[in-house]
Amino acid sequence: MAEMKKAVLVLQNGMRFEGWSFGYEGACDGEVVFSTAMVGYPESLTDPSYSGQILCVSYPLVGNYGIPPRETDENGLSRCFESEKIHIRGLIISYYSETYSHWDAVSSLGDWLKEEKIPAICGVDTRELIKTIREEGAMLGAIIPDGCGHSVSMWKAGEKFPVPDPNLDNQVDIVSCKEIIRYGKGNKKVVLVDCGVKHQIIRCLINRGIEVIRVPWDYDFNTLEWDGLFISNGPGNPELCGKAVEHIRKAMEGDKPIFGICMGNQLLSKAGGARTFKLRYGHRSHNQPVREIGTNRCFITSQNHGFAVDGSSLSDEWEPYFINMNDGTNEGIRHKSKPFFSAQFHPEASSGPVDTEFLFDEFISRL
Amino acid sequence: MIDKDIRKVVILGSGALKIGEAGEFDYSGSQALKALREEGIETVLINPNIATVQTSEGVADKVYFLPVTPYFVEKVIAREKPDGIILSFGGQTALNCGVELFKAGTLDKYELRVLGTPVQSIIDTEDRELFVERLDEIGVKTIRSVAAESLEDALKAAEEVGYPVIVRAAYALGGLGSGFCDNREELTATVTKAFSFSPQVLIEKSLKGWKEIEYEVVRDRYDNCITVCNMENFDPLGIHTGESIVVAPSQTLTNDEFHFLRKIAIDIVRHIGIVGECNVQYAFSPDGEDYRVIEVNARLSRSSALASKATGYPLAFVAAKLGLGYGLFELKNSVTRTTPAFFEPALDYVVCKIPRWDLGKFRRVSREIGSSMKSVGEIMAIGRTFEEAIQKGLRMIGQGANGFVCNKPYSGGELDDALKIPTDTRIFAIAAALESGYSVERIHELTHIDRWFLDKLNNIEQVYRDLEKFKGLDSLAKDVLKHAKRLGFSDIQIARVLGCSEAELRSRRESFGLRPRVKQIDTLAAEFPSSTNYLYLTYNGDSDDIVWERGEAEKTVIVLGSGAYRIGSSVEFDWCGVNAIQTLRENGYKAVMINYNPETVSTDYDICDRLYFDELSYETVMDICTLERPYGVIVSVGGQIPNNLALPLMKSGVHILGTSATDIDRAEDRNKFSSVVDKLGIDQPRWSELTTLDDVDKFVDEVGFPVLVRPSYVLSGAAMNVCFNKDELAKFLQLAAEVSEDHPVVISSFMQRCKEIEFDAVADNGKVLAYAISEHIEYAGVHSGDATIQFPPQKIYGVTAARIRKTAKALASELNITGPFNIQFLANDNFIKVIECNLRASRSFPFVSKIMKINLIDLATKAMLGMRPEAVEQDAFELEYVGIKASQFSFSRLNLADPVLGVDMVSTGEVGCMGDSFDEALLKSLLSVGYRIPEKTILVSSGNALQKADLLPACQLLDSHGYTIYATGGTCRYLRENGVPALRALWPSEVEENAGKEDGVPAQELIRSKKVELVINIPKNYSQHELSNGYKLRRAAIDFNIPLITNSRLATAFVKAFCRLPLDSIGIKSWEEYGA
Repeated sequence: MAEMKKAVLVLQNGMRFEGWSFGYEGACDGEVVFSTAMVGYPESLTDPSYSGQILCVSYPLVGNYGIPPRETDENGLSRCFESEKIHIRGLIISYYSETYSHWDAVSSLGDWLKEEKIPAICGVDTRELIKTIREEGAMLGAIIPDGCGHSVSMWKAGEKFPVPDPNLDNQVDIVSCKEIIRYGKGNKKVVLVDCGVKHQIIRCLINRGIEVIRVPWDYDFNTLEWDGLFISNGPGNPELCGKAVEHIRKAMEGDKPIFGICMGNQLLSKAGGARTFKLRYGHRSHNQPVREIGTNRCFITSQNHGFAVDGSSLSDEWEPYFINMNDGTNEGIRHKSKPFFSAQFHPEASSGPVDTEFLFDEFISRL
Repeated sequence: MIDKDIRKVVILGSGALKIGEAGEFDYSGSQALKALREEGIETVLINPNIATVQTSEGVADKVYFLPVTPYFVEKVIAREKPDGIILSFGGQTALNCGVELFKAGTLDKYELRVLGTPVQSIIDTEDRELFVERLDEIGVKTIRSVAAESLEDALKAAEEVGYPVIVRAAYALGGLGSGFCDNREELTATVTKAFSFSPQVLIEKSLKGWKEIEYEVVRDRYDNCITVCNMENFDPLGIHTGESIVVAPSQTLTNDEFHFLRKIAIDIVRHIGIVGECNVQYAFSPDGEDYRVIEVNARLSRSSALASKATGYPLAFVAAKLGLGYGLFELKNSVTRTTPAFFEPALDYVVCKIPRWDLGKFRRVSREIGSSMKSVGEIMAIGRTFEEAIQKGLRMIGQGANGFVCNKPYSGGELDDALKIPTDTRIFAIAAALESGYSVERIHELTHIDRWFLDKLNNIEQVYRDLEKFKGLDSLAKDVLKHAKRLGFSDIQIARVLGCSEAELRSRRESFGLRPRVKQIDTLAAEFPSSTNYLYLTYNGDSDDIVWERGEAEKTVIVLGSGAYRIGSSVEFDWCGVNAIQTLRENGYKAVMINYNPETVSTDYDICDRLYFDELSYETVMDICTLERPYGVIVSVGGQIPNNLALPLMKSGVHILGTSATDIDRAEDRNKFSSVVDKLGIDQPRWSELTTLDDVDKFVDEVGFPVLVRPSYVLSGAAMNVCFNKDELAKFLQLAAEVSEDHPVVISSFMQRCKEIEFDAVADNGKVLAYAISEHIEYAGVHSGDATIQFPPQKIYGVTAARIRKTAKALASELNITGPFNIQFLANDNFIKVIECNLRASRSFPFVSKIMKINLIDLATKAMLGMRPEAVEQDAFELEYVGIKASQFSFSRLNLADPVLGVDMVSTGEVGCMGDSFDEALLKSLLSVGYRIPEKTILVSSGNALQKADLLPACQLLDSHGYTIYATGGTCRYLRENGVPALRALWPSEVEENAGKEDGVPAQELIRSKKVELVINIPKNYSQHELSNGYKLRRAAIDFNIPLITNSRLATAFVKAFCRLPLDSIGIKSWEEYGA
């Protein structure tokens, strides 16, 4: 504690939370969101869907098991992370566990954050912060370690908050791959539209003997040869991904299977004519209950999204597939006659429960 | 949807509290009953534990205070004709009983549906071989184990798997008869003992040092599964989970590990076909991702109660609903009330469970802890750092610790050993090691406790060192104080380091504006709004989750709970607390409960308007009072912990409801009480508080032996003792650390062959409103918590009763009592002496309340609220039935402990049964605590001459009923002289010394071979410390599971009862039917 510098978290609504800096000692800003997951910080921090966001973790003890090695497997995928780098802009927690204990750990969370130049603040009443976000919605904020200077430190409540809204930027474009990457070998080829794909999704496909062709989000994959189309998760507002929607719409003219996850669900819905909207504070946790519509089958799912599909806006050709049992929002759609379906949650988990991984099998069985 | 054919259901309770099966089943049973009643289903509860909440009026439709055994359960089934039966809410007792009923075809015979998990699934998890087979089918790894039904097979199996091995007895609760063995000799000893509990033992490879992780899984009949909570043991594998400090959620698992184990747990639960709740325990290797499933409990368990309290998810309630056929998606989350029960709680705090042991109460007991349970209770502490939770928790267990540090010097012997060999005080050995400079690494090597936990403990030690740098209170910096509070330091701890008083530290802290914040447990980590009243305090936060209304209309009353269950204070005080809460709410008060025991009903957030799951210390209670600004606080229904807070709270301006704190003090303080008694002309045994050994001798010369000796501080063994001669007195005082001004010893004259009588009552402004006089079967000298108690009294003179009433009235008036109180009397001929007076509810309040059907707590609460309730007219002597309270002992779990009764309490629980006659009530209650009626053979060794004479009529009766009596030397001679044929049994010393010379059978052999079915062994006196024949015999009876009685009055009563009243003429009547 003695060695830690003080830091402050400033929110758009004028609230300030004081704490200590345990990451990179520079400032950051972004949209402040929260997750109630109790494990999986290495996975969450590297999840491209968090691009543009400052993450507040509700579980108060973070850093317990350190950080695993930055290794890649034979496919060039990260062994322990969801992408090549940390995607959150900043981290907010209650209590930082400086010492860690795990056989696979090689460094502390703080050291990793410093290495990747990501600021982090601990000592915050995260529960109070989360209640604020819950009541007022996700909002902009900044973490400012002592003496690092940031425009927000001069800001007075009532003035315009000097932090740009990351949702106005095309976050997908920022995190998507820039050229085609191929993974795995198999009889079946799947085009993966990379809106900010998590490595676990690629692992889930190649482990099932699929050849994966990962393309940039705006690439016209209809020019390629493939057996199935996969649309990945990704950050930000689906409204900004018009190009991808067009390409998907074209693919929907055929009968080849399509499967989307998270942003993929939103883009597929949009291609099918439905609307999307921004949730007040999103779903970010490992305990979201969803029900398969028309059945008694329920699943605990891992989720990370701020936008959702308006289920009532689906056209007649489509039907809702899953529904969120907490707030009734749409959790997936499927086409009534063609093998197109998607899930708003994360069947690949990582982090989170693995109860819905069977959706990959379902997709592959239709190829 | 639910099954409409189920209209009436029998539910089995767990009986008396015992080590391995405690209050958690009162909580789960109560929740299940609530869930069933909500559906309009008629409920019939069988549970002899009369002190529980579940056996209170209005919880079940009918209650049978009968033993939970196949015989009695079948009788009730035949009478009640229920449609269904529920087995999974009464611990191992109910489960075993259910499996026996199933195997005997009883369930089929009465066409009973088992609600929830099918019996075959239960058998699959209980029978180790089947269990391994079933898990093999889905490729889940179990600990490789070999079943053995003979010692020879066991030894062979151990060679096969390789030492060290662990021995487990099949079908045994809480690891009974289990143990680790490093070699042939140890294995032989353990296995031989295990066979007396179980026909089969399992020999397994030991995985000492692995992590132990548990998951609580729920499944509905639609195959939907959730894991409500996972937990990690602080202690590595090798220590029973009931003996380990446990944290929730797990702290050292990565996402992959967490979900890897979660998935296996769900796979298992699906494969086995659980409907309801289930617990899966894992061994998990710390250096890779290897695992073994240790155990699956297909029922509600101690862990599930803990998980419910840790998460706010009402597992038992939900499991009961699922048993009726509901799907998880059809039920609501009872905290948010808007989201469904199909979800997994997200915690934003950390929970720490710590067991409470009372090993110091037992003579000769081994302090080592391991694979079988010895603890008698537990606490749960909630914080937002591990340090905060564990320091709170170490205070909560109530054994004098101020937290992890700042305690009295560690006296557990050589540190390396104390770290290597786990005992009940190992956590303090870790503190001592850190203080003396051991590295975390070194402690890890010795204990195998994960470094993460040790690092956190080291943080506490570091803060202690930081605090030490401050010279006094004035220089204390706010930041340092705040940090210390965030790591769970109490005011007392910090004051101790700084050399100031608690009050000074408190005012300094308040001057900094530092106070704990109140946070909710809402199951979803604040993701959804909830109006939950389930709260805890933390210094790791800046805001409170709740707002306190300050309207005059709302009168808030805080009830202080009873804390950790321990010997001498358990479920009976929970019943008192819950009843006080109910009366408060019925009368328009807002009732607030403070308690931290996860095994209780009082810590169910449904019970009260607000639950603070937090410490019962002056500091915390004052913090809460400052926020709540209550109308008053009730300190008299939670046993001694709240009682002790009366005076300090009053001095801080808190309104204590009922008897004033100064009057409580007049009863509590030995000297003050003595002058009260003298003033009123009431007799009491002579006593004196002495500070030198010379004075001790002088006093003893005056009053004569025997004397009751109570030192202030004792190194080991019981805290008080009766001494019959100078030798014994000298020996016992040697055990006392010192006798000095600061540590006086209290000596009182000890009256032999006296009756002990309890007076439980309620008074209002000094006037007695209702009372119950009950009588011990044993003579005084057996602690009232261990004695067998009859109510109404069966054998006291009218004059004695009149004097007791008169004396009690005088005391009530002098102490101006308002509320509950209890007086203990000695009676000899017609003369009475007062030995104790407590101005609070006593252990026997639920027993007498339920027997006479007058709720003393309800009455007491009304009196304390100033409602002026009317005095009860009914005279308890007019009852047309008898209630008997019998004690449950757990000696079988306490290796080496001498199973004798004395002036210090050693029982862990009790039952209370009713009968139309004394014999009937006695048999029911003794059968409920594990006695069995012998069929043929009894072993008697009956102490001194007087005791031999006491037992003679019983022995004559046994003889005339055709029993074979084996008796040791003197007893055998005495019986033969008095015309009772007896066979000679040899004392262990006779066998060793005169091998072959003496004619007779070795007594230990009779026990080991189960040739005798009851052992009556009356110790000559209460203070024998040397290894004795009697001890070996008593211990053998316990280890080989032969019922043992060590008191001649109880032995006589039992023998008379079973000789006069055959089992099949015992009446089967529900509580409601008595006195109707």
